[in-house]
Amino acid sequence: MKIVVCVKQVPDTKGGVRFKPDGTLDRAAMLAIMNPDDKAGLEAALKIKNENPGTTVTVITMGLPKADEVLREALAMGADDAILVTDRVLGGADTWATSSTLAGAIRNLDYDLIITGRQAIDGDTAQVGPQISEHLDIPVISYAENIKIDGDYVIVKRQFEDRYHMLKVKMPCLITALAELGEDMYMTPGGIFDAYQTEVTVWGRKDLKDVPDTDLGLAGSPTKIAKASDRVAKGAGEKVTPDTPKDAVAYIVGKLSEKHVI
Amino acid sequence: MDFQLSKEHAMARSLFKDFAEKEAKPRAIEVDETEEFPRETVAKMQKFGFMGIPIPKEYGGQGADILTYAMCVEELSKVCGTTGVIVSAHTSLCCDPILTFGTEEQKQKYLVPLAKGEKLGAFGLTEPGAGTDAQGQQTKAVLDGDEWVLNGSKCFITNGKEADVYVIFAVTGKVEKRGKLMKEISAFIVEKGTPGFTFGTKENKMGIRGSSTYELIFQDCRIPKDNLLGQQGKGFNIAMHTLDGGRIGIAAQALGIAEGALERTIAYTKERKQFGRAIAQFQNTQFELANMATKVKAAQLLVYQAAMKKAEYQKDPKVSYSVEAAMAKLYAAEVAMEVTTKAVQLHGGYGYIKEYEIERMMRDAKITEIYEGTSEVQRMVISAALLK
Amino acid sequence: MSLKVEECKDVFVFAQQVDNKLNSIAFELLGKAKDLAKDLDQQVVAVLIGSGVKGLADELAWYGADRIIVVDDPELKEYRTEPYAHALSSVIEKYKPEIMLVGATAIGRDLGPRVSARIHTGLTADCTQLDIGDFPLQAVEGQEQKHKQLLMTRPAFGGNTIATIACPEFRPQMATVRPGVMQKQTPDKSAKANVEEFNPGFTPDNKYAEIQEIVKSVSNVADIAEAKILVSGGRGVGSPENFKLLDDLAAAIGGTVSCSRAVVDAGWKPKELQVGQTGKTVRPHVYFAIGISGAIQHAAGMEESDIIIAINKDENAPIFDIADYGVVGDLNLILPELTKQVQEAMAEKA
Repeated sequence: MKIVVCVKQVPDTKGGVRFKPDGTLDRAAMLAIMNPDDKAGLEAALKIKNENPGTTVTVITMGLPKADEVLREALAMGADDAILVTDRVLGGADTWATSSTLAGAIRNLDYDLIITGRQAIDGDTAQVGPQISEHLDIPVISYAENIKIDGDYVIVKRQFEDRYHMLKVKMPCLITALAELGEDMYMTPGGIFDAYQTEVTVWGRKDLKDVPDTDLGLAGSPTKIAKASDRVAKGAGEKVTPDTPKDAVAYIVGKLSEKHVI
Repeated sequence: MDFQLSKEHAMARSLFKDFAEKEAKPRAIEVDETEEFPRETVAKMQKFGFMGIPIPKEYGGQGADILTYAMCVEELSKVCGTTGVIVSAHTSLCCDPILTFGTEEQKQKYLVPLAKGEKLGAFGLTEPGAGTDAQGQQTKAVLDGDEWVLNGSKCFITNGKEADVYVIFAVTGKVEKRGKLMKEISAFIVEKGTPGFTFGTKENKMGIRGSSTYELIFQDCRIPKDNLLGQQGKGFNIAMHTLDGGRIGIAAQALGIAEGALERTIAYTKERKQFGRAIAQFQNTQFELANMATKVKAAQLLVYQAAMKKAEYQKDPKVSYSVEAAMAKLYAAEVAMEVTTKAVQLHGGYGYIKEYEIERMMRDAKITEIYEGTSEVQRMVISAALLK
Repeated sequence: MSLKVEECKDVFVFAQQVDNKLNSIAFELLGKAKDLAKDLDQQVVAVLIGSGVKGLADELAWYGADRIIVVDDPELKEYRTEPYAHALSSVIEKYKPEIMLVGATAIGRDLGPRVSARIHTGLTADCTQLDIGDFPLQAVEGQEQKHKQLLMTRPAFGGNTIATIACPEFRPQMATVRPGVMQKQTPDKSAKANVEEFNPGFTPDNKYAEIQEIVKSVSNVADIAEAKILVSGGRGVGSPENFKLLDDLAAAIGGTVSCSRAVVDAGWKPKELQVGQTGKTVRPHVYFAIGISGAIQHAAGMEESDIIIAINKDENAPIFDIADYGVVGDLNLILPELTKQVQEAMAEKA
């Protein structure tokens, strides 16, 4: 079978978010990594590949040329092919335009299963996976914690807040992966050296299939940013020494309600 | 000399770092306290190719270079010295001599599963009466028909009870050299489970406490004639050659321990407050850190240079890297000891507490000045090359 | 086949129900929709999708729905992406909302994007604030400034950035909204709403997943890594019995109790509840550090929490260096009163 895994290169927020002196995020100073949920999706795909001989795994990313790094990482983990979708006109895309772009790229491929991460740690939207499935008119199962292949079908453990569903759906379909779907997989040292010998396919606007220009990039994004700001770096906060316990409680309760906690 | 790591090497380093943080670090305290061999971590390293990094692909390895291997040991040792030496002993002391001196059959039978991570390797040279002085060897091997019969014991063997394949040295006769009767030493490959091959005492050590250091005992242990590694009587050369490579691994381990202690100390001194200021704001701390970091960097350059020199040797066996390896090990080991000792001091009382892991690093560092040739032996190797 | 902006009106809310029980998010969204509808001089419309759910309509009216559209069909008994996406997008196509709000739940975050892609409109995820205003915020020469737009504010980048998003050219303006952020209105049991049934027809195809099994989870040992609010105690709590004060606060605020290493070492709490380098790394929305000095080892496991509130007697405790709100005082005197006031506040909100 043929699996396509969508990955995104994101700044590593876990390794500590860095701020510039003016309080804005210093994206350049943060390590760029493969988005964790996407990595879990890739791990699941590679596991399926190991269990089902003849399976191929193609990784695809949309981003700047630098995003090549996450594709090499995926190759070093065991993916077979890699595609980088990059073009100036694709920049500034919201989730609609991003999903249109990726769907346009995936239409060129044969696939049984598409796996994306549930969400990226920079945008946190969880929208691109389901939107790709809609553009391709295939079923989607989000929040997957486990995948089993059963002939032409996949059986997926789909997580909700208070329960899970075991869902069975016919391929081709798209699955969005929770972190739990992956199982610690690493690159191999030799795989890294091989990955840099492998050619990464680079596609631009002209290579996207059945997507009008009006669906792409900043111009094709229905949502527009009205205002964006970085929260100022978290330093030491306030420290108070109230005279009485009552004052202390009033202070804490005030903060909790200000922050909508209570 | 190129000081810029290639993209491949940079990615390999990030792999090793990521693995070390996720797999080795969370277990480091427990491994030290319980002396348990970190089997789970080793199984993962075996699965992901860490146990055959510089071995060619045709023998089941990763086909990467010595520098990549050294970085692996370095990154693991930053968080757990035990895990670092397990890789080093397996790769440098067991895989490497089979790759270099083994027959094609031996490579297929032993090296392939070792490099693929299906088997773990160990190396037995040291004996109670023969450490630095290899001529003190007592273990004997006698050819009896189609089999060698081994008798004797080896001590302080890393991966001792956990390994599957052992490279063992034994006396096979006497030869006359420059008018003196010398012991003839040969190397053998011995499999775990061979009748007559058992384990003695497990050593309760100061540091690297999870590395399964055991005594190996051979009592009429019969191994096939074909398990002679290299030519009969060439054992001393094989051992010396193997240790040259092993020193790069131990140098990388020492380097990693020093780096790990330095990183933690930098973080600690920025957080720890005394007299209303972070202790990093005191000039004594700043100068100590500067000295530590400079020495660590110098050690790293020596280790990487030795690794690259060995890579040159692999292309052209006329190139010697033993002086570079000795310098790297001598310096990195002494830096590890010095840096970890200072790290404990800068941590104050907390440095003496196990939870902070700095005292473990100090204990782990000490062995790097001793095994695979003491610092004194390294000085002998270096000075002999200078004065020849 | 996108909707024409000028044809669209009213603020729609996806009234999420599971097991024929309305989710609190439905009421929260109605509360917010009421404010927005007032600014727009439009109505609040709840969209109720399920099987045998008509009976829930009254409750939606109590919480602020002016109209209710019910899509009731046996195919909609359990949540599945396709029949629900078909139901909601059919409602949108027929009734042409100005605004469509969906809860940012495990259901809403699946349904929302699928529907927005189907009807070609923008969707803003996980909003924490919604307002009606101008886009662009300030008039820009050469660009038409549109009025009465939905301005959707959301954190991103793990809460380190915040952005306000508009969707000026497409309708409905869709947002998923984080649960627990918007205020429900006080239910008015005399309120009535106009209830309308609509069935777009459901023909199962390959996009209809088959549900093989449904397992409702029973929570056992609290997973502190998953908790949104942690009430964490250190050696300063004094005794295992005294943790009762923390248990009470946790119960009142809907949080989970965790602890520092000192507490585990003393045998007061199990290792599973330990936060820190040798315990678990947590990143809750709110972290109460109570009687915790805040050694680096502990800080490493919790410093990325969104809001850190520290209570400690020692004004030099390092925890105050990382706390957003630090209170120097006696936890034994502060906690009982704090718990009481939190209880009152929560009761008021419910």
